[in-house]
Amino acid sequence: MKTNFLMLHTITRIVAFIILSFSVFLFFAGHNNPGGGFIGGLMTASALLLLYVSFDLKTIKRVIPFNYSTMIAVGLLIAIATGLNSFLFGDPFLTQYFEYYDLPVLGETELTTALPFDLGIYLVVVGVALLTILTIAEDDA
Amino acid sequence: MSTLHYLVLAPFIMAIFVPFFYKWFRNIHTGWFVLILPTVLFVYLLQYLPVGGPMEPLQLTVPWVPSLGINFTVYLDGLSLLFALLITGIGALVVLYSIYYIANKKDEPLNNFYVYLLMFMGAMLGVVLSDNLIVIYVFWELTSLASSLLIAYWFHKEKSRYGAQKSMFITVTGGFSMLAGFSLLYVMTNTFSIQEIIAQAGTIINDPLFIPAMLLILLGAFTKSAQFPFHIWLPDAMEAPTPVSAYLHSATMVKAGIYLVARLTPVFGGTAQWFWLLTIFGLVTLVWGSVSAIRQKDLKAILAFSTISQLGLIMSLLGLGSAAVHYDVAEVDMLYATAVMAAVFHLVNHATFKGSLFMVVGIVDHETGTRDIRNLGGLMTIMPITFTISLIGLASMAGLPPFNGFLSKEMFFTGTLNATTLDIFNVSTWGFLFPVLAWVASVFTFAYCMIMFFRTFTGKYQPEKLKKEAHEAPVGMLISPIVLASLVVIFGLFPNLLGYTIIEPAMQSILPNLLGEGDRFYVNIYHWHGLNPELFMTIGVVLFGMLVVLNLKRWQETTFFLKERDPLNRVYDSGLDGLITGSQRVTNFQMTGLLRDYFAFMMVFMIFLVGWTFIQFDALSFESLAMFDAGEVTPFLWIITLVLIAATVTMPFIQQRITGIIVVGVIGFLIALLFVVFRAPDLALTQLLVETVMVVLLLLAFYHLPELRKEKFTPRFRFTNLVISVGMGLMVTIIAFSVHALRQTSGFDPISDFFVEASVPLAGGYNMVNVILVDFRGLDTLLEVLVLAIAALGVVTLIKHKFKGGEDV
Repeated sequence: MKTNFLMLHTITRIVAFIILSFSVFLFFAGHNNPGGGFIGGLMTASALLLLYVSFDLKTIKRVIPFNYSTMIAVGLLIAIATGLNSFLFGDPFLTQYFEYYDLPVLGETELTTALPFDLGIYLVVVGVALLTILTIAEDDA
Repeated sequence: MSTLHYLVLAPFIMAIFVPFFYKWFRNIHTGWFVLILPTVLFVYLLQYLPVGGPMEPLQLTVPWVPSLGINFTVYLDGLSLLFALLITGIGALVVLYSIYYIANKKDEPLNNFYVYLLMFMGAMLGVVLSDNLIVIYVFWELTSLASSLLIAYWFHKEKSRYGAQKSMFITVTGGFSMLAGFSLLYVMTNTFSIQEIIAQAGTIINDPLFIPAMLLILLGAFTKSAQFPFHIWLPDAMEAPTPVSAYLHSATMVKAGIYLVARLTPVFGGTAQWFWLLTIFGLVTLVWGSVSAIRQKDLKAILAFSTISQLGLIMSLLGLGSAAVHYDVAEVDMLYATAVMAAVFHLVNHATFKGSLFMVVGIVDHETGTRDIRNLGGLMTIMPITFTISLIGLASMAGLPPFNGFLSKEMFFTGTLNATTLDIFNVSTWGFLFPVLAWVASVFTFAYCMIMFFRTFTGKYQPEKLKKEAHEAPVGMLISPIVLASLVVIFGLFPNLLGYTIIEPAMQSILPNLLGEGDRFYVNIYHWHGLNPELFMTIGVVLFGMLVVLNLKRWQETTFFLKERDPLNRVYDSGLDGLITGSQRVTNFQMTGLLRDYFAFMMVFMIFLVGWTFIQFDALSFESLAMFDAGEVTPFLWIITLVLIAATVTMPFIQQRITGIIVVGVIGFLIALLFVVFRAPDLALTQLLVETVMVVLLLLAFYHLPELRKEKFTPRFRFTNLVISVGMGLMVTIIAFSVHALRQTSGFDPISDFFVEASVPLAGGYNMVNVILVDFRGLDTLLEVLVLAIAALGVVTLIKHKFKGGEDV
């Protein structure tokens, strides 16, 4: 008898996107509310994992053609580059800056250098979690 | 940054471009590009030579780590200038020579060679031009590294790798001890600047750390300058290409130890320990090196032992000369300062004659294919120019007039004879040995010079024993040794050319406190001293040296002559073997391959470390138990806690992995709930997510593992594990109690107050946890994700690039 995954697939399709969007919210909320790069990254990773678990590896690989090892490298580079940025102003490594701006649509918004740094963390966390798990999962030896 | 700073950095900058020269101009020998740099630097440095006036030291500072007192300070005085000229001058000649020595073949990694050579040149300039001890140390270790890389340039040869490793081990050990010595100096004087330390020299002499600092620094100097018993690395370093031997292992790097000793003489000189240590080690090295040189059959090995012996000579001269610091009477001082003068003069002379000799040996090796004196002979007519250069170099080394070696050897005798008249440090008892040892060593020096000369150039030409047909070297290869040999003759005939330009300024740096205002040392070197003891000693050297050579046949059968290798090598080899087997044993003992053993080690260690700290600082406290009020705990909290305990207790009894994972998950989610109750939403979120991802990961990983086996454990094993786990649990509990109680009673301000106050004004964020993560402790976060990334890479490597069976790591 062929197992029917209809329920799982249907729910996953919806839930995964809810989790994904929530993870993006968490990532941006980070500075002033619970959230941040690490949590956002883990949340994204778990949403993607849900997809991988309910559908098979091949399908998801076709749909999300990310190379997670590149993602780790890019994340690290972004984080380090944010840190190096402070050299331009003669400050020590990883000095973070913030300023309030009046932006259209968003109104008064705080822009920080912590955000790109956090983006780096986010990418590394997603990359590490998925790379590790997928590598082990693909291993058929 | 001044020009002098760039001068030190120039070789490093040049090294960046060498690979491009190598790649883009493949038809031109890379050495031609490299040659420009030392030549320019040498010419540039010449302008600092004092002509017609005393030398003014130059000091220029660029801050590096000012908060720790570490500055890149360039200090140029007579001594630095002498060394800097040697490094760049000999450097230029060696590069020129190497262009012909190492042919531009297809697979010859010339780029490596010149990058290492430039790295060495820059590092060595850094050592001699820095005033800051830490900067000196950094450059010092760089020279060791460069030297080791150059020795292993032909790394496919087993012997090259052995020599490289040996030199690295010995010199780096010494360098490390030197760093400890520098640190002690800092503790005493509160500065890393040599000039400032010299200013405090009088006050630190009675410090209890004075002698330890001296010993540690001397260990560094002795290992670098190949003093007995650390000299054993130098003969093995001869596996390097000959230009390298000529440059690093005779003219410059091995003299770094001498430089350091000379540089620190104003600090340590004048004490009995300094005097005796330098003199004894120097004289023993001198004798040992010259005696060992006699029995060598390889031309380069003879030169290696000869270098060792000459380094000992200079070292002992510096020791004898340091007595001058002890006195304050000007006339007496000058008597002993002769030894320092001889040291500086011989340093220059040695660089010239030994440099030329190494190059000549390289030529012989290059043109005949062998360096074994048993196969050589009769090259006089075949290689007339090489022969002439050797004659000059060897005669100078043997101490014959009219070459510069004769002058410095006479001065050496004068220095040792003067030292016997010292009335301090109990010299009157053993002082007579100084000239005796000096004389004995000179006899052997004369003898091995004769052997080298006659066995190579006279006798029968044996073409059948040579790998190539011998002929004279190309002109380019001869230029450098000719230049050096001419210097041998020029300095021999007109020694006073060096007098006030090089020797006198260098003496001023070594013995700065000896002179009054506007005073200067009088350097006047001449050949004819009259019929004094020194002259008779030289005549004796020649006569007895000839006797030794004539009787060589008789001695050649003795075991002493047959065993070429230094017996001390056995100590090194067995020591290294012991170190390797010992560490393998330690590793095999602790690396059992069982995760539970590692956990046991870690936990036992943590229990002892943290427990000891708590007892040591009397931090154990159970007061929080008394403060406990069950009424504050809500029923909700009771339920969570009890379920948590129940889940934890079931863990050891679970026999299936899946169940185990689920129970661990339950524990994790309950803890997340606890975080929610205690108003830590970030932690709760993180915990929840980590737990989710972990469960997936564990399920996947366990899918690949075999079923859990039923294992029989001895009661003793179970009991030990029980003790460890209970101990760990107890410790954590007690820490929690104590921390809670201490917070109430001790009046410490918790650090969280700072973050509560500062997170908005300093970082503009209201979520304290996140602000700490990305801003206050941003570097920690960066390094943590770096660790994560490395761990992920490790997983990928382990799984995708498995070792096949039978391979060992």
